[in-house]
Amino acid sequence: MAPKKVDKLATGVLYVIAGVIVVILASLLGYILFQGVPHISWHFLTSPAKSFEAGGGIGIQLFNSFYLLLLAMVISVPLALGAGIYLAEYAKKNWLTDVIRTAIEILSSLPSVVVGLFGFLVFVLQFKFGFSILSGALALTMFNLPLLTRNVEDSLRAVSFTQREAGLALGLSRWETVIHVIIPEALPGIITGMILGAGRVFGEAAALIYTAGQSAPALDFGNWNPLNIASPLNPFRPAETLAVHIWKINSEGIQPDAAAVSAGASAVLIIAVLAFNLLARYVGNRIYKKMTAA
Amino acid sequence: MDNYALDDRYIKDFDRSEHEIAIETQDLRVFYGAKEAIHGTSLPFERFKITALIGASGSGKSTFLRSLNRMNDTIEGTRVTGQIMYRDIDINSANVDVYEMRKHIGMVFQRPNPFAKSIYDNITFAPRRFGEKRKAVLDELVETSLRQAALWDQVKDDLHQSGLALSGGQQQRLCIARAIAMKPDILLLDEPASALDPISTSTVEDTLMALKDQYTIIIVTHNMQQAARISDYTAFFYAGQALEYDETRKIFTRPKIKATDDYVSGHFG
Repeated sequence: MAPKKVDKLATGVLYVIAGVIVVILASLLGYILFQGVPHISWHFLTSPAKSFEAGGGIGIQLFNSFYLLLLAMVISVPLALGAGIYLAEYAKKNWLTDVIRTAIEILSSLPSVVVGLFGFLVFVLQFKFGFSILSGALALTMFNLPLLTRNVEDSLRAVSFTQREAGLALGLSRWETVIHVIIPEALPGIITGMILGAGRVFGEAAALIYTAGQSAPALDFGNWNPLNIASPLNPFRPAETLAVHIWKINSEGIQPDAAAVSAGASAVLIIAVLAFNLLARYVGNRIYKKMTAA
Repeated sequence: MDNYALDDRYIKDFDRSEHEIAIETQDLRVFYGAKEAIHGTSLPFERFKITALIGASGSGKSTFLRSLNRMNDTIEGTRVTGQIMYRDIDINSANVDVYEMRKHIGMVFQRPNPFAKSIYDNITFAPRRFGEKRKAVLDELVETSLRQAALWDQVKDDLHQSGLALSGGQQQRLCIARAIAMKPDILLLDEPASALDPISTSTVEDTLMALKDQYTIIIVTHNMQQAARISDYTAFFYAGQALEYDETRKIFTRPKIKATDDYVSGHFG
């Protein structure tokens, strides 16, 4: 065949493959949104779930999802930053750093249900945290940390070596150079990675079923004392999240409107995850522009 | 290319009563792992003069230059032995505060590397880190450094635009301004004009000529015309050591060593 024809054929095949991916995503999104969006209402988003009757909402689950996400990020972001900075800027190439890198790779490829069961054994039973937000947040940290660390390390490495030289040649210490020169430049990548990580955490179910639990006790949104059991802020209360709620309704829901609640909750979840992804792009671009073309 | 005898050398020394030496190496050797990249090199550099380091790629001139403010420390597996005397201190010893030393011995690199910050912040960033907070002083510093680097007139109205938005030649002059804002004694330049077009190159050269009253400048260059135009002294590097070191005029007109003669007349390189 003539090279021109081969080229055309190959391009055509690639277009088809790309098209299939887009169609799959679009039909999945379309189906979930089409089924779910009609059930979304202010009442649905804010009222507690009901176990036996129709008309339950997802208010508490939604709050739990965000609170758990916040806690998980509060724990994992500083750790990921520290580990990422160490690996990118300070670690010499030797057996120890090889071990750390391999550990991160393995940790990032663990199935989330395994992470969940590990969290159940260690945080829930051994540490006696029970089914709680804290157990869930720690499990999510294990799930999230390797990817975040990797993202921080990659973002820092993507900053040219000449920038480090520039800082050092001015008499800045390595630490000052990293903090004030390298991190600001790597920030768009780091933030994008964190928001994408947040999206992943937000939609996670398997790691939470055995750690944060499957029940959502009633919350008193007037009580912000984190030590009170009815307080939304209490990290030791069980907290079913949106993703876990969807799983539970579909596996053992006996509400008459289970299908509708499930569809509505799925739509909310998908919209939230989509929002995280779009936000990541937007914020990443914004910061990049701000940093480079001030 | 011929193989030249490495023991055939001519290294100029200075009459110390007449010439002030800013920095001087004694038997400086640089090792990358087990490989000796620079063989015992001893060179004195006169104060307020421009000294050019010339030589073919891989001759060790950049490696030598980067040792002078210990930038080679940042490369894993690199070891530098010998002495670097600066103000009667051997700055190549473990107990020297490298960061403090680098404030006195600044460096400009081959590729322009402004920070991804505004022009103003590029210059004031390091001085602010070292405690200068007064805005009037910083403003003044920005203006004088940019003037010295011959960039002020082009950027004075956009000091808050990103340094990365400048052209290559302007970026390099910004880097020079950033280095001299630290008021160093010595300015090391590693092929500062190699990535620039001829017009930018000549602007950078004029800048360096003007800076020589206040700074001791050591510049690595591939460009022999450049070395001949701007430098007072020239060291010719070959196979990891300086083979000839003399007044620039002599190096380019009556070199004492055959390798130098062949290099400056374009027989290899």
